[in-house]
Amino acid sequence: MAKPRARRSSAPRGRVLLLVATRKGAFVLRADAARSRFRLEGPHFLGHVVHHALLDPRDRRTILAAARTGHLGTTVFRSTDFGKTWQEAARPPQFPKAAEGARARAVDHVFWLTPGHPSEPGVWYAGTSPQGLFRSADGGRTWDSVTGFNDHPMYDKWTGSGQDGTPDGPALHSILIDPRDRRRMYVGMSGGGVFASGDQGAGWRPLNRGARADFFPDPLPEYGQDPHRVALHPLRPDRLYQQSHCGIYRMDLPEERWIRIGERMPTEVGDIGFPLVLHPRDPETAWVIPMDGSTVWPRVSPGGKPAVYATRDAGSTWKRLDRGLPRAQAWLTVKRQAFCADPLDPVGLYFGTTSGTLWASRDEGARWTCVAQHLPEIYAVEAALG
Amino acid sequence: MSRVVVRVAALLHSYTRGASVVQATGETLGEVLDDLERRFPGIRFRVVDEQDRLRPHVRFFVNGADARDVALSLSDGDEVYIVGALSGGCS
Repeated sequence: MAKPRARRSSAPRGRVLLLVATRKGAFVLRADAARSRFRLEGPHFLGHVVHHALLDPRDRRTILAAARTGHLGTTVFRSTDFGKTWQEAARPPQFPKAAEGARARAVDHVFWLTPGHPSEPGVWYAGTSPQGLFRSADGGRTWDSVTGFNDHPMYDKWTGSGQDGTPDGPALHSILIDPRDRRRMYVGMSGGGVFASGDQGAGWRPLNRGARADFFPDPLPEYGQDPHRVALHPLRPDRLYQQSHCGIYRMDLPEERWIRIGERMPTEVGDIGFPLVLHPRDPETAWVIPMDGSTVWPRVSPGGKPAVYATRDAGSTWKRLDRGLPRAQAWLTVKRQAFCADPLDPVGLYFGTTSGTLWASRDEGARWTCVAQHLPEIYAVEAALG
Repeated sequence: MSRVVVRVAALLHSYTRGASVVQATGETLGEVLDDLERRFPGIRFRVVDEQDRLRPHVRFFVNGADARDVALSLSDGDEVYIVGALSGGCS
């Protein structure tokens, strides 16, 4: 009798590396093969506000980090030796010099970094505060304004005022590129909403139908929403998810309508939060970390009981995952870039808190372990295979 | 071309290779910053934004007087201080 064949996973193999961006510098955590022990390295750029740091999955050696300090302006650092040495961008993202009398925009900070399409090695995109989209074609050394977005005739209306943003300023984030077609791009803006391009950033249009903006007199405007995190599934790129200021949504193109899938979350928990993470191989699976979005928007774990919630059916049902997390009196805040998945099988999940604690699960959220604490306020956590 | 002395606060020493005093030339504060940029790449954008406005938490003093415009004229022997403002250090 033939032996049953073991299921072969399409998941990649390798050692997990976590890039942790904090308000006071960047850190690297290196996992062992079992993902049970993590070695902390750093800090890099001690004292810098590092909004995002990530490893280029295309070459698995280039790291970009977006940094500024409390005093000094924004820049981008680049390393090709896993942080042993860093080179600063020769021309960081910056708006063009304004004509006399025109609005003079200046990049306050680079908020988001995204590697370009696999067919374009060396291409990166950056999202900034205030909202701006920038592109590098040389691995992050020099950056150019994506004029199709930054100079769009509707830019002022789409981006709103300084009041329509995060406490650290309005930001462009969630820069997504369709793996089938590099011309198809999406961005999210807080505030502004989700916007789509079909020509690699030359033209843009709002993609917000069905997404609520309860903070406006018209709760379903064409634009002006506050998506906190937008994600596109790499294996089903016509499926988008978003965790917004006003719920969790899914969109299945070509139907350009957001469906609120967070309504199936427990009422006492709600469906407000910042990050949203997708399973690298299953478009039906997503994870969120609810935050209290009631009254004055406390933005901490509802009831002081932190939990991750998972859906395995694209939002029809949700399951609470809190084994190993504090049971009570734990008022955690997890920012939109501070939750991520590794590509292994089973998927590892990682999130960092504003109180400087990093939690990990090597079994898709079933059990959680604290793997680092006493770090500065965590802004972003990105997993990679080193 | 005026030659000036630039006193650089510690927050920029990673650019000046640790030097707290450097020489620079330029007829205006902006030209002095351009000269510094040529020798210490990256330094200018950390203290002046893309619209040539001084960063809000960086202060410039010329011969002890507050300077807020890159068009400010300089003379031979002027002393330029570039410091972090009392504000801006994130808590």
